[in-house]
Amino acid sequence: MTTQIFRDSAADRTFRAKWWTGRVVIYGLLIFWAIVALFPIYWTMSTSFKMAPDVMKGSLVPWWDFTPKWLGWKSLGLSPSTIFEPSTVRGEFLRRFYNSAVISVTSSVLAVALGSLAAYGLSRFSYKFLWMKNADISFFFLSQLILPPVVLALPFLVLYKELALLDTQVGLILLYTLSVLPIVIWIMRDQFAGIPTELEEAAMVDGQSIWGAYLTIILPIALPGMVAALILSLVLTWNEYFFAALLTSTYANTLPVMVASQTGSQGISWWSMAALSFAAILPLIIIGIGLERFIIKGMAAGAVK
Amino acid sequence: MSEGDLLHVVASDNIGPTRRSLGLALIWGSPAVLALVALAQVLQVWGGYDFGFSNWRPTLYAYVLYAICLCWGQVLVKGEQGKRILFVLPAALFVVSLTVFPLLFGLVIAFSNWNLSSPDGRQFNGVANLVQMWNDPFYWNALTNMVWYVLAILPEYVVAFALALMLNAEIRGRKFFRVAFLMPLMLSPVAVSWMIGKSMMETRFGPLANLMKHLGWQEPSFFSSPWIAKSTIMLMDAWTFIPFMMIMILAGLQAIPKELQEAARVDGATGWRAFWEVTFPLMLPVSITSVLIRLIFKLKLADIVINVTSGGPGGATDTVTSFIFREYRDRSNVGYGTMLAMVYLVIIIVVMTLLMKAAERYMKSSY
Repeated sequence: MTTQIFRDSAADRTFRAKWWTGRVVIYGLLIFWAIVALFPIYWTMSTSFKMAPDVMKGSLVPWWDFTPKWLGWKSLGLSPSTIFEPSTVRGEFLRRFYNSAVISVTSSVLAVALGSLAAYGLSRFSYKFLWMKNADISFFFLSQLILPPVVLALPFLVLYKELALLDTQVGLILLYTLSVLPIVIWIMRDQFAGIPTELEEAAMVDGQSIWGAYLTIILPIALPGMVAALILSLVLTWNEYFFAALLTSTYANTLPVMVASQTGSQGISWWSMAALSFAAILPLIIIGIGLERFIIKGMAAGAVK
Repeated sequence: MSEGDLLHVVASDNIGPTRRSLGLALIWGSPAVLALVALAQVLQVWGGYDFGFSNWRPTLYAYVLYAICLCWGQVLVKGEQGKRILFVLPAALFVVSLTVFPLLFGLVIAFSNWNLSSPDGRQFNGVANLVQMWNDPFYWNALTNMVWYVLAILPEYVVAFALALMLNAEIRGRKFFRVAFLMPLMLSPVAVSWMIGKSMMETRFGPLANLMKHLGWQEPSFFSSPWIAKSTIMLMDAWTFIPFMMIMILAGLQAIPKELQEAARVDGATGWRAFWEVTFPLMLPVSITSVLIRLIFKLKLADIVINVTSGGPGGATDTVTSFIFREYRDRSNVGYGTMLAMVYLVIIIVVMTLLMKAAERYMKSSY
């Protein structure tokens, strides 16, 4: 038999122990925070399948300490047994959902279109408007980020009333586009700055106009950045509550307004509230899981210059 | 940005006189149309003429027409230069017409007594709103609350930095943890208000209340005493926005060249010291950016407050935005509310400018 020749010295063994405790602490903290981040979502989802006694007991694990029921979803008209039957609540929900979708998608697309054009122009040409040079114009756009919504809210309320834009999708789309535009410009400026100008020069030598070069050469390269900006805008506009609460009443309500109006009333049952909340956040959970890459890219763009 | 074009374009513009005059006609003709329509509407409202307008939409359409003609005219008159202007002009027009104009309009409203529910309409009342603001303890209370809310950014920053460091470490399942940590940011604050504020913190059977009972807090109530309510709101807001700072810091961490940390290790710096003397100073620019952006979002904090406590107990959780929201919703007091918002805007601009100047100077002196 061979005898062991190489042994860990005492110093090595303490190193290992240290390494292991380090691992345990890191994973412990990671798991702890993952629970902190995910538990409310789990709680909402599971509550939407509970009945009153289960909610009162604070049951947590399905099939073990409570039996899942479709109660919450039934009241929304979205459970398997009610999905094909007419339901006013479902109609209401779908209308709000549709409003949210139309408003957030349109305003995000509009913001990305306007914003990327402006960001491209600012990264390629020098402008001079009155006293404002490129840096000033960029700052003008980005400074809109500081503007709190509350400052614009009441003037817009009065203006929209005069313009008959109150409680319309167009009215909200305009405001939402405005509110995400600075973020889009910020992200896109970063994108375009990373694309060498030789590309357009080559395209223009080949006889393209500057707009042709922008549309055929630059846009495809900047596409990932645009997607990132688009998704970030989608998230922000989908969740927006303040303007929607002030400027819409019956016709153009978005989903957050519906959720908020339900929380206000005391009599509403927990399970249906949970189902409603969960249905409202579900699209974003899916986006978050599927497109996490782009969201992180978008937010990282501004951080690292 | 340097002077001169970054992209050199040699263009031969031959703009004929017809094209030029068409462009000029568009640029000057469309505002004339706008002025005519606006004049007609003004006359209808104040002059007693009747043109059959039911609202101000025609003026809006004329304005949109003017904006389009202005953009088109640029290309017609200035050729290649005009095409460049066309990149920035639409966005600039959009932002100017949606912020500068309403802000000017807001200034008019701010100096008037205007209650939307009363039939009297708008009355100019000078600085009466300012005087009322000065004597309004609730507004000052909301401003003081904002200071506390803003201070809460610092602990948020520490937590976000710690999370980013952990995500940047050699761990398994990094993608899972990243997605999980990102999740709170995706959720709408209104849904969060219900999910956490109303249901998990429900005193009888909410899981958080149960947890607190286990930890020895006899009758957990999260919104009854002022300071507890304030900290609860802070925690909920932190929960949603920590991922935001975390991701910016994580991006910064990943941009640090690995060689630097290795060099520090070779020089004998261990964990803690390596962090304070290498990583942290390198992360300072990113940190400042992320804190400033977080600050901007914090100053808009309202959704959670409106939906969970609506400012209570006794205004302890009020933010400026939620206070003005209620001021409008309960009293329809547009004039006073706008004045409060304008004052808030001025405060924000002053504070942000000072902070950004300070950050800039600090960065310059240290590098």
